[in-house]
Amino acid sequence: MKTCYFRPLALCAVLLLTATPGFAGAEDVRVTDPWARASIGVNRPGAAYLTLHNTGQDDVTLTGVTTPLALRPEIHLTSTNAEGISSMRRAGDITIAAGESVSLEPGGLHTMLMQLQTPMQEGESFPLTFEFSDGGTVTADVPVLGLAARGPLE
Amino acid sequence: MRLRTIQLILWALALAASLAYGLLIWWPENQKTTAETQFTARFELTDHQGITRTQADFTGRWMLVFFGFSNCPDVCPTTLAEVAAVMDGLGPDAAEVAPLFISIDPERDTPEALAEYVPLFGAGITGLTGTTQQIEQTGQGFHIFYEKIEEAAAPGGYTMGHSSQLFLFDPSAVYAKSWQYGTPAEEILADLKEQMEQW
Repeated sequence: MKTCYFRPLALCAVLLLTATPGFAGAEDVRVTDPWARASIGVNRPGAAYLTLHNTGQDDVTLTGVTTPLALRPEIHLTSTNAEGISSMRRAGDITIAAGESVSLEPGGLHTMLMQLQTPMQEGESFPLTFEFSDGGTVTADVPVLGLAARGPLE
Repeated sequence: MRLRTIQLILWALALAASLAYGLLIWWPENQKTTAETQFTARFELTDHQGITRTQADFTGRWMLVFFGFSNCPDVCPTTLAEVAAVMDGLGPDAAEVAPLFISIDPERDTPEALAEYVPLFGAGITGLTGTTQQIEQTGQGFHIFYEKIEEAAAPGGYTMGHSSQLFLFDPSAVYAKSWQYGTPAEEILADLKEQMEQW
């Protein structure tokens, strides 16, 4: 830490914070592979997919999601039982352990975008903000692919 | 010498016992599966262009049948996207396969609603719907399950839970196979090609 004396105060603080074990939070969450399918107008719900990586040393808990695109965005979980019946329900809070990732992908967790304000059009993108229990947020820009898309763009 | 004979007899007995056991566990299971799955696709519904359709309109072609609803944001577009990929993968053989999307949500899925949905997958998918009673009969005929689930923010205040397998019927409309939700298009395509070659 000796070098800190010779550096600007701000940089010094950053170094101290990142070096302190146990400090973590929403700012350690990285988003990869965001994508969504185009919607048909605004009357049917849309869905958005991506992977959240907790690169920090503490667990983080995802508590909610917001976007200017939809009035009611929620994290939902699709589950399929042994009889092959699929249904969706609200996922509730999702804890991502330190160093772990959570994937929102078809047939599992997804951001369900209810009460769309504008149609989701192929080629466009929209911001999606994830809220965490520590008060921090992470925003991803989600590209809208065609309705028949099967996954994120390579 | 006598010891070897006894050993041989014992080995033969052990082999016979394991064969018999294998047959025992395989036999009833196999019988049951055949009995349970032998059924013919039967329906009378309205397609997304407003035309009445029955299974007879599609006999002579293989039918890929999926049940869902157009307000479904996850499972249904995912499966229809896989079906579209399967149809693409079939190339010229696609003409021998009819992909059908049967709505289990007749309240919201009118033929007009399906007309703005199924063509967007670009795979020649026929959307089918009907009256509540017609859908009920169709569901019973295909041995599928569906139910309304309250969801205040969804259009109409509900969403649906439903059987999410993709069914395959042969050109005489007899059940051939089904794939669980989430089966990749590549696997479905390989299975389907195999079935078509054996036909």
